[in-house]
Amino acid sequence: MQYMIRAALLLAALARCTRSQEPGQGSGATPAVIAIDGSSTVFPITEAVAEEFQKQHGARVTIGVSGSGGGFKKFCKAETAISDASRPIKASELALCKENHVDFIELPVAYDGIAVVVHRDAGWVDQMTVAELRRLWAPEAQGKIARWSQVRTGWPDKEIHLFGPGVDSGTYDYFTEAVVGREHSSRGDYTSSEDDNVLVQGIATDPLALGFFGFAYYVENKTRLKIVPIADGAPDSAAVTPTFQTVANGTYRPLSRPLFIYVSRKAADRTEVQQFVAFYLDAGRKLVKEVGYIPLPDRGYALVQHRFSRRVTGSLFGSGARVGVTIEELLAREQ
Amino acid sequence: MKPGPATLPRTGLIREWIIERALLGSGMIAVVTTVAIVVVLALETVAFFREVSLGQFLGDTQWTPLFADKHFGIWPLLGGTLLTSAIAIAVALPFGLLAAIYLSEFAAEGVRKALKPMLELLAGVPTIVYGYFAVVVVTPMLQRVIGGLAGFNALGPGIVMGVMIIPMISSLSEDALHAVPMSVKEGAHALGATRLATLLRVTIPSAFSGITASVVLAVSRAIGETMIVAIAAGQQPRFTLDPRVPIETMTAYIVQISMGDTPTGTLEYRTIFVVGSTLFLMTFAMNIISQRLARRFRKGTA
Amino acid sequence: MSSTPRRDSVRNRRLLERAFVALCLLAVLLPLGLLALLIGRVLVDAGGRLSWGFLTSYPSRRAAQAGILPGLVGSLYLTGLTATIALPLGVGAAVYLEEYGRRGRLAHLIEINIANLAGVPSIIYGLLGLELFVRTVGMERSLLAGACTMALLILPIVIMASREALRTVPDTLRESAFALGGSHWQVVRQVVLPLAFPGILTGSILAVSRAIGEAAPLIVVGALTYIAFLPRGINSPFTVLPIQIFNWVSRPQEAFMVNAAAGIVVLLLTLLLLNGLAIYLRNRMQKRRYW
Repeated sequence: MQYMIRAALLLAALARCTRSQEPGQGSGATPAVIAIDGSSTVFPITEAVAEEFQKQHGARVTIGVSGSGGGFKKFCKAETAISDASRPIKASELALCKENHVDFIELPVAYDGIAVVVHRDAGWVDQMTVAELRRLWAPEAQGKIARWSQVRTGWPDKEIHLFGPGVDSGTYDYFTEAVVGREHSSRGDYTSSEDDNVLVQGIATDPLALGFFGFAYYVENKTRLKIVPIADGAPDSAAVTPTFQTVANGTYRPLSRPLFIYVSRKAADRTEVQQFVAFYLDAGRKLVKEVGYIPLPDRGYALVQHRFSRRVTGSLFGSGARVGVTIEELLAREQ
Repeated sequence: MKPGPATLPRTGLIREWIIERALLGSGMIAVVTTVAIVVVLALETVAFFREVSLGQFLGDTQWTPLFADKHFGIWPLLGGTLLTSAIAIAVALPFGLLAAIYLSEFAAEGVRKALKPMLELLAGVPTIVYGYFAVVVVTPMLQRVIGGLAGFNALGPGIVMGVMIIPMISSLSEDALHAVPMSVKEGAHALGATRLATLLRVTIPSAFSGITASVVLAVSRAIGETMIVAIAAGQQPRFTLDPRVPIETMTAYIVQISMGDTPTGTLEYRTIFVVGSTLFLMTFAMNIISQRLARRFRKGTA
Repeated sequence: MSSTPRRDSVRNRRLLERAFVALCLLAVLLPLGLLALLIGRVLVDAGGRLSWGFLTSYPSRRAAQAGILPGLVGSLYLTGLTATIALPLGVGAAVYLEEYGRRGRLAHLIEINIANLAGVPSIIYGLLGLELFVRTVGMERSLLAGACTMALLILPIVIMASREALRTVPDTLRESAFALGGSHWQVVRQVVLPLAFPGILTGSILAVSRAIGEAAPLIVVGALTYIAFLPRGINSPFTVLPIQIFNWVSRPQEAFMVNAAAGIVVLLLTLLLLNGLAIYLRNRMQKRRYW
């Protein structure tokens, strides 16, 4: 009986404590938590960086995979310190951040090519054009384009099983903008997941599958997947396979894009966050490569580091995904 | 314990009263929980239906609430759930029933005592383990037999779920069969029936409502199962009867959206509650039916 | 019985019956065989991955280095907290139903609710926990929110098991205690509960072992899948063993499947230990019965 009363009082006291916690900060002497969330594409880099970082420092890092959009929703409500994003921040997200007085520092960290992938044994697919991809993924295709033969005559008359990121994913936003021509606009009847691992798993085990996700996930699972070269439709350009080189020099069009982390201005004042970002931009370079993405050139990272140390807030991009931004352009904007 | 008069001093009476109320309070938590579940589900569901009409929800065969071309038909998710559950029952019913018959009618007492708890083990294995099994063993095995079977499909997880719910059918049916009075069975034997004939013509029909209660309960369990289908069935809401293609169940949808930790107050957030409400109503109805059937059975064999 | 039984038809019927019995036996053995296959496959897959290093490492992008420590500690921590909440409430409710309220209307209402709650899918509890504990009360995605959610989930089991245990105490003992002048609570606390204790303990352990294997409600409540540290308090983000396994199963690389299998072995061993403990304790304590 006494135990029950004591337990109840204890619980009540604890419950009252929970709300006065500021998110992302520890209580008193315990080391603080750096809360990160966002893009599944950027996740492998952040995960690698966090793992190495935590070996050397005492800080604690949590990483969620809610998608670039999901990550921004939390970031702009000051629930996370850093947001992973595979596309620049949108106008609506900028407004949300402003509403909640969240200033951010936008830091490009790597370069990526979105890989279009099919099952290893899908022999009929040699390459695809952007126009074909558009026919396949446009909103009008929902419920109508359901077979391979409808995408290109000569392809098998079998069901096509589509896999792709969900609506909260930056990859999704970027792909729809680049292929369909309008952001956030695609068919909805496919296997959608913010977790790219699910997509890899689905495509690797389904002979009739086609999907797209960040290049690193293809590199990681090369033996089980088949990459599709993409022809961007320009008069005399052949289909290009995404590789380190073609993404770095911009010939893999239009599906090459920069990857970002967004650090909140307030979090940037915390020592552990400063150390983490510094680590990201320094030791992170080789981790980017290890994971399968394309690091920026050294002077690029120098400029980004400078950006962070000067706490330059605001986005380089006005708003929304910008198709076809090359590394040179990125750095030019920096100057 | 000190012996004393039955009447306590006033403080003692108050103490007794407080203790009783506290214990009652603990019990009322159950009632409060039910109320809370209903309120939570209802609030968000009502908010959902302010934006989407019931006609859309019940009439559309596409579920794309988050995409450009929005559809809010529950049928793809409902169909996915029902398809996997149907496959599960198709596996569990024959095995469960035959197992129950063996344990109740043909097994020696020692054998029964040994085998029954072993079957119960099937229900005690965490569902994540079954999910692993579905992805690593069952689906690849099926893929060798059925060409064109996708990695994510309804068949693999359906079969695994079926194995998982066998004990529900076998245990409860066995109880039902066992409860049929010996006098009835002996009467049948006296009339010249073989054991098999007695079983099929007398025992099973007598235990019928008990057996049906167990099956309904098992279906309810299959409908509410999450991890196995989340891992192995896929995340593509589509309204189909084909067990070889990726689908999505109601439970897997809730998990998918929750992993993104959607903010309160958005349409996305509300969709998981409206799907949850549908799930809750279905399992609740089945549980009530099962209880009624079980009660009817008990009355019948009294 | 027909006056001239033909030997053939009798023999046929006997054969049919024997075939039927064989079929039924097969129906029992086949699922058990499948279970053995499952366990065997998990053990084989886990193979050499199980080591002290695996138990004490953090998750990593490199499968060979990934370990299960946060999941294991999180599960233990969460289970302890869940038990702290659920057991007093559950036993208290059982005591009320068995000792105080027996035929009251409130008791009947509580009983109906318990029966229904036992059949509610676990993910619904997750939705409840998300809306009520995480959002409304404001616990955020913490151990406390997870524990409260799981406590509600296992409460019906604790209540039902405790009631069974309380029922094993014969009424004669209660009546003699009352005759000696004890108050209601004195009788319950000093006579009934100590005698029902073994059953209550066993039931509680079983209820708690159910909680260990659950993943779905915790995913909804927000247990994270990438956590490379141990929880430092009940407000801490956390992860549990089943969710870590789920994360690994979702990764396509073979090596992570091995990790998942190893994680499953750890989970099953934990369950085995708990259930074994429950059975052992029950047997030990039952020897001290005097009636």
